[in-house]
Amino acid sequence: METILTLNNLTKKFGPITAVNNLSFSIEKGNVYGILGPNGSGKSTTLGIVLNVVNKTSGDYSWFNGTESTHEALKKVGAIIERPNFYPYMTAAQNLELVCKIKGVDTSKIDEKLKVVELYERKHSKFSTFSLGMKQRLAIASALLNDPEILILDEPTNGLDPQGIHQIREIIKVIASQGTTILLASHLLDEVEKVCTHVVILRKGVSLYSGSVEGMNASHGFFVVSAANKQQLQAELSTNPAFGTIKEEGENLVAYLNEPMDASEFNRQMHAKGIALSHLVKRKESLEEQFLEITKNLN
Amino acid sequence: MLRLLSIELQKLRYNRSVKVISIVYFSLILFISAIASIEFDFANVNFRIADQGIFNFPYIWHFNTYIAAILKIFLAIVIVSMMSNEYSYRTLKQNLIDGLSKREFIISKFLTVVLFAIVSTVFVFIVSMILGLVFSDYKEMGIIFSDLEYLFAYFIKLVGFFSFCMFLGIWVKRSAFAIGFLVIWQIFEGLVAILFQYIRVKTEVNLFETVYNFFPLDAMSDLIKEPFSRLGAVQSAANQLGEEFTKTYEVGFMPILIVSIWTLLFVYWSYVILKRRDL
Repeated sequence: METILTLNNLTKKFGPITAVNNLSFSIEKGNVYGILGPNGSGKSTTLGIVLNVVNKTSGDYSWFNGTESTHEALKKVGAIIERPNFYPYMTAAQNLELVCKIKGVDTSKIDEKLKVVELYERKHSKFSTFSLGMKQRLAIASALLNDPEILILDEPTNGLDPQGIHQIREIIKVIASQGTTILLASHLLDEVEKVCTHVVILRKGVSLYSGSVEGMNASHGFFVVSAANKQQLQAELSTNPAFGTIKEEGENLVAYLNEPMDASEFNRQMHAKGIALSHLVKRKESLEEQFLEITKNLN
Repeated sequence: MLRLLSIELQKLRYNRSVKVISIVYFSLILFISAIASIEFDFANVNFRIADQGIFNFPYIWHFNTYIAAILKIFLAIVIVSMMSNEYSYRTLKQNLIDGLSKREFIISKFLTVVLFAIVSTVFVFIVSMILGLVFSDYKEMGIIFSDLEYLFAYFIKLVGFFSFCMFLGIWVKRSAFAIGFLVIWQIFEGLVAILFQYIRVKTEVNLFETVYNFFPLDAMSDLIKEPFSRLGAVQSAANQLGEEFTKTYEVGFMPILIVSIWTLLFVYWSYVILKRRDL
């Protein structure tokens, strides 16, 4: 498989603070990657380094197997970071023209890309008159101008209203479906869950998990149960070796499985012990719950 | 190179304040020439500045480049803001992400600085040529095209000064502070001059030629010396008072060298600062 970006023990220190610590992962063509992490976990710094705006402290990275210099490689990359940055006194079309000049591509795609992000009608409006959602969509149009090998999005829905978030996600889905490699940094897990095939989880600059989304969901799931006699149920669950953590959630108990077990088997066991369940649901953790689990364990 | 220049021009072309300031700058040059050629009529005494010999070839090259150089502060504002805007709009970051290298970024800015200097020089050349052809007492080819080194000095002076502004813009990030720093630096050089004068009077050690002439702003002002005492009317007045000016007004080689080295340093330092900085 074609490698687009490789990070090797990348480290960035801001004075005494280590923002990115010995980070290694690689990005293969055709996948959709998510970088997950709470605010301040080093996501933007990592992207800043590979995008040539932040200087690394040690380690290295290479684009397209190191065949090109970073700034040449970036011409084949589309990236938007944090918030959209354009010249406020220029119109949408003039701003995109400038990006075309920098990337060394023809200006013929401007109209097409503006249509993709539904800004074609506003192409002659000044950037300063745009709403945040429109600015963000213009940033996406700008990142798409060169039909990039990889699209890097850093918190693309940050600060947008629900409608704006929805629009951006739809656009991302369309782009992903066309086979473009995407690297999406976010602290919004459902966002990553919905579009990504692979994830890298960062916390305090350290990678906690790197691999496929399915691989991350490898746990056996959990039961949400309740019974008339809650104490008895709780006692029974805590002695059962099949269960790990047991948590109380309002009326219900949440029991995490250490080994595979289906709901009917569990029901039968409980029945045999004389416990009548009034509520039983088996669920797998959502990415969010997994994420919280993974990041919490290291506290 | 053309790509880098066209990137920068695209940024400037649509910027209204850049357009306004540039127009003001070029109109001021025209305006001053216009005033000089108007005939004043004070109490039946006809007086016209243009008739005082300031527009005589080749003196006009000296006079006009000196006057026009005073106005360079207008373009300095444009240069400083074209640097600091990149920070305030955060477009510097975006430019780099889009695939411009830090080196290319500096080169594109420097090319623009050179372009501004070329346009100014050509403009001053054309205006002076026209004024000279209208008002000069001497219109022989050889005289018209003598002393053109003032235009070259003017060009070097602008490039040096604008490079200084570019460096300040990159370094300080805010246009107001960068212009402020420029003023403070001018005052600093002034204070040093006073100090050196004091030392010279007290100890007869002349630090002007060994140290002071190497300061950037002083070197720039040494490029084109003041032309007023060279004016025929002033000289004859001075002669009547028993004073004689023995100053040389030529464009010296040393100031050109010093300013060129400063220009290189400013551009190089701009690059180093940008390279080291996390954006």
